Amino acid sequence: MDSVEKLLQAVTDGDETVAAEAAQEIIDGGIDPREPIAKLTEAMRILGKQFEDFDIFLPEMIMAADAMTAAMRIFEPVLLASGKSEKKGVIVLGSAPGDMHEIGKNIVKTVLTTAGFHVVDLGKNVQVMDFINKAEEVRADIIGVSSLMTTTMPGASDVLKLLSDKGLRDKYKVIVGGAPTNGEWANRIGADGWSGSASDAVLLANRLLEAR
Amino acid sequence: MARGKIVDALKDRVLFSDGAWGTFLIEKGLATGECPELWCVKRPEDVMEIAKSYIDAGADMIETNSFGGTRYKLGLYGLEGRVGEINEAAARISREAAGDDHWVIASAGPTGKLVIMKEITPRDYYDAFKEQSAALEKGGADAICIETMMATDEAVQAIRAARENTGLEVICTFTFSPAKKGEFRTLTGVKPAEACTAAFEAGADIVGANCGNGIENMITIVKEIRAALPQTPILVHSNAGMPEIGGDGKERYLSTPEMMAAGVGELIRAGAGIIGGCCGTAPAHIRAMREAALG
Repeated sequence: MDSVEKLLQAVTDGDETVAAEAAQEIIDGGIDPREPIAKLTEAMRILGKQFEDFDIFLPEMIMAADAMTAAMRIFEPVLLASGKSEKKGVIVLGSAPGDMHEIGKNIVKTVLTTAGFHVVDLGKNVQVMDFINKAEEVRADIIGVSSLMTTTMPGASDVLKLLSDKGLRDKYKVIVGGAPTNGEWANRIGADGWSGSASDAVLLANRLLEAR
Repeated sequence: MARGKIVDALKDRVLFSDGAWGTFLIEKGLATGECPELWCVKRPEDVMEIAKSYIDAGADMIETNSFGGTRYKLGLYGLEGRVGEINEAAARISREAAGDDHWVIASAGPTGKLVIMKEITPRDYYDAFKEQSAALEKGGADAICIETMMATDEAVQAIRAARENTGLEVICTFTFSPAKKGEFRTLTGVKPAEACTAAFEAGADIVGANCGNGIENMITIVKEIRAALPQTPILVHSNAGMPEIGGDGKERYLSTPEMMAAGVGELIRAGAGIIGGCCGTAPAHIRAMREAALG
């Protein structure tokens, strides 16, 4: 098994130690880390899909993400030094006002981060104005609003309204999600995209940024 | 105590529990972002009405408005210093509604924090549920109903905390979702038999399942638990089916009281000893299920 295969296997197995070891071997072998990173991103997407189907579960998902993070910690200084590091985009993410749930949002954050996005996590019960202020501050590309409850879904539409009122609507792509939400609702409130899962959120974010 | 222990009563008959509380609080004006449990102190009459409505529907036991009563959940609203006061009030309201001849099984939901996410330690779980269960007992609860659990480690710590620090009977239910090949698992991947065995071994008197499923799936889940634990009483708090989102963006649960009542016989044959409702259920569902079972 070569070191890239070893790394992929380690991430799928959720083995942080072996993942870091394999990443180091890749660097020592003079391989450009961008290719293994692309493969890892795809592996994480597949794991995310398996998690949605309840084929694997939260612990496996988290261990895989931890292993990927361990590898990225080794790759990043090399990428930076070679000038090849580029974050795909900046995403401000949070749970809607009044919504105290964040396990789902945290999974989305983990998957987006491992896919190469810079995610600024505002946590739970994020006020509408705070989404916008933070997006302005960090020059975000995307704002993501999560709701676990039907009663907090209007918060996402409030973010969209306030962006329009402030003349900032075209500056950001707004994506929404969470257990009770669906694509039809996302369209109706005028969001730029909806995803029903963490792995689809990566595809959605990629698509929105490519379209820019 | 006229009502005796729940586990003793279960030797002779099937018992009925209550249904959803949160939807009623919202109907009564609970606002988005408002702490539901604080209503035990702020709007006790409204909470009392919900409790009474289930007693009137024929429930043998009712829960309390204390699902998010741990210091971690109350802390989301800056109320972590009021765990004792709020949980005691919650139990007191249901006790008054239940009188001497009905049981109060006090609700205790997850902290929302997971050890696997490195957000909390098992010791923190223990301390939080110790604090909550002591207050629920002080307010007059007969049992603690640790519910909607998805991580076994949290459930085990909650059970131990109640067992070692109170005289409450201990009920513990998990939320399972359909996985591959007709299996059911919690979000952390645990099967009904494994989860309930862990709860039983930690000291739970009654185990079971709540939320996440309608009555059909609950029958399969109960059979699996019964196969692993032949003697342990099983409680089921079933949703009124699974929600669908209507054109207005609102959530609707589609099982009518009659539909739920139709599944009760098979649920009892599968091994359920206490039957109640979760999301989407109302007193009418409890009344219909009870009548279907008792004839």
